[in-house]
Amino acid sequence: MAGVQVSNLSRSFGAHKALDDVSIDFADGGFYALLGPSGSGKTTLLRQIAGFDFPDTGRIAIGGESVERVPVEKRRIGMVFQNYALFPNMSVADNVAFGLSVRGEVKAVIAAEVQRALDLVQLGKLGSRRPHQLSGGQRQRVALARAIVTKPRVLLLDEPLGALDKALRVDMQIELKRIQREIGITTIFVTHDQEEALTMSDRIGILREGRLVQEGPPEEIYDSPKSEFAATFLGDANILRGDTTGTGIRLPDGTAIAAGAGVSLAAGTKASCAVRPERIRIATGDGIADHNTNMLKGQVSKRIFAGNNSTYFVERDSQTIKVIVQNTGIERLAEGQEVVLSWSPESTVLIAVS
Amino acid sequence: MAAQGATASRSGLRSALPLLLPAYLWLTVAIFLPLSAMVFFSFMTDLPLSGKPWALTLGNYAAFFSQSLYPTLLWASLRLGLEVTLWCIVIGYPAAYVLAKVLKGRSREAIFLLVILPFWSNGLVRIFSWAMVLREGGILDTALNAVLPFKISIDLMYSYPAVIIGLVHSYVPYMVLTCYLTLQAIDDSLIEAGRSLGASRLQMLKRVIIPLSMPGLVAGAALIFVPVVGSFMEPRILGGRTGTFYGTVIEDQFVAVFNWPLGAALSFILLAVVLVILASAAPVLRKAA
Ligand SMILES: Nc1ncnc2c1ncn2[C@@H]1O[C@H](COP(=O)(O)OP(=O)(O)OP(=O)(O)O)[C@@H](O)[C@H]1O
Ligand SMILES: [Mg+2]
Repeated sequence: MAGVQVSNLSRSFGAHKALDDVSIDFADGGFYALLGPSGSGKTTLLRQIAGFDFPDTGRIAIGGESVERVPVEKRRIGMVFQNYALFPNMSVADNVAFGLSVRGEVKAVIAAEVQRALDLVQLGKLGSRRPHQLSGGQRQRVALARAIVTKPRVLLLDEPLGALDKALRVDMQIELKRIQREIGITTIFVTHDQEEALTMSDRIGILREGRLVQEGPPEEIYDSPKSEFAATFLGDANILRGDTTGTGIRLPDGTAIAAGAGVSLAAGTKASCAVRPERIRIATGDGIADHNTNMLKGQVSKRIFAGNNSTYFVERDSQTIKVIVQNTGIERLAEGQEVVLSWSPESTVLIAVS
Repeated sequence: MAAQGATASRSGLRSALPLLLPAYLWLTVAIFLPLSAMVFFSFMTDLPLSGKPWALTLGNYAAFFSQSLYPTLLWASLRLGLEVTLWCIVIGYPAAYVLAKVLKGRSREAIFLLVILPFWSNGLVRIFSWAMVLREGGILDTALNAVLPFKISIDLMYSYPAVIIGLVHSYVPYMVLTCYLTLQAIDDSLIEAGRSLGASRLQMLKRVIIPLSMPGLVAGAALIFVPVVGSFMEPRILGGRTGTFYGTVIEDQFVAVFNWPLGAALSFILLAVVLVILASAAPVLRKAA
């Protein structure tokens, strides 16, 4: 097993920069999620690491060994594709055995390893089936077994759960995480689904238009996003824009917003503050008169009830602020009601506007 | 429920009948009737049209077995069919692979057109152009002597290789087309998955790509082998005296000797042999695919 270092990687298709100077250190044994909108270069990055495509500039090292010019079949990686890519002309067992048999392993070893891998993904009894006789979730397990049976140094997954329905997806997330922990393999996981990235990974990297926007542990990215894009892409965020006061901003109407975390900026420049909807308290009347609290007045324009919580849309100064309130049975505000929103500076992230 | 389904499918058949009718009428008139006439002829001593008296006989079929010439020629034709089919695989499969998996966009269309072109040219024109290329003092001979410092004489005309060249040229598009279709259907991610598992390109070809494109290879081989065994035009024009094959003998019976009953009998023997070969090859190929 090994870590992967990607340094200053760039790859262009014609005039289009699919990857633009990306550097990431994928820790040995870690579970890393690559997140980003469609076309942001996630697949391109994964394909450079796998060796299906080669970078224009930059370096890729697996386990400290430089691999930019090493062909796929020599890189000892395991890859799982969104469409499973199982060989339809082979049984499940032969699919899993493929990687070992092309390496010329002896039959007895292959049989034992294949059985072990199939047991690991809980498909021990289905070895003789053909891929088309399996369900989507089962096929994905076979693809996973096939990828890990050769003991690769890195496991690469390109939206492996994208084709599964929600319930099966959650099952497979748990399963995949269990298997990853059990064998301790360095895993790079491409996904569209931010919830998936948050729940499964040790670290997340957010890509946008070929650039790495931010990377770090899920909590860090969620709690202190460094850009409006990161704030709104991973989770939901209210963005308030104004002129910076150094440790916060002043809104166009003069209201001061204090921020706890984030960058410190030269006063007077444009900046914004991000606040997560679940960090905002909503109250009628004058609310909490605390000098250490950010406060805004507004009017409820819409309420969406979702069982365990409600989302309120509050209008103020031609901006809509989203507030999520747990259903404790107390807070029941009607549309049109005047309300006071409050939240602490610690829940406010100051972001430089580039 | 089941009864309802049955009536539904019966009414479906009734509404499909007007659509099927033209095809079946055509098949009946154009193929079934002449073919049955030929079966009948093959059991006659002489053609009724000639005005001479005729009787039913098995003699035409017996002739095949009593003269060693016919089995020998049939054997030669089968070998010819096999050889041409193999060459078509050797030439056509890589071409189909490149078309399906390597080329993209415009260049694919251009190469595709080049492959299909023989289809659109008249068979005789094709064969006579080969004759001009292959004969002594022909295009190939002149061109080679213009380039090479020493004098050589290329005279492939009226030889077995000339027959092979002409036939392969005529039939290779079938192989390219059938293989292209099956290769095209193989998802690129299968190939990538295999390579990521450590398989070399050659191993991928042997273990995944060829097995998955087997239906195309088989279809192409059947489309080529059957007509080549009965072919007469290419052997006659490009083979000259060496170009006597089973197909040319059958042709002789119809156009030169006017012994239609014998010609018909020889054709049906060929048909039977080819069917036996295809039938016995089927289980093997099905297992391979
Ligand atoms: N082979 C290629 N030729 C030309 N352009 C390409 C090629 N591969 C990718 N691109 C371009 O590079 C950009 C990044 O593509 P990539 O597939 O990496 O995106 P992605 O983040 O995986 O998106 P998605 O979430 O939709 O899968 C896109 O604009 C895409 O059009
Ligand atoms: Mg992608």
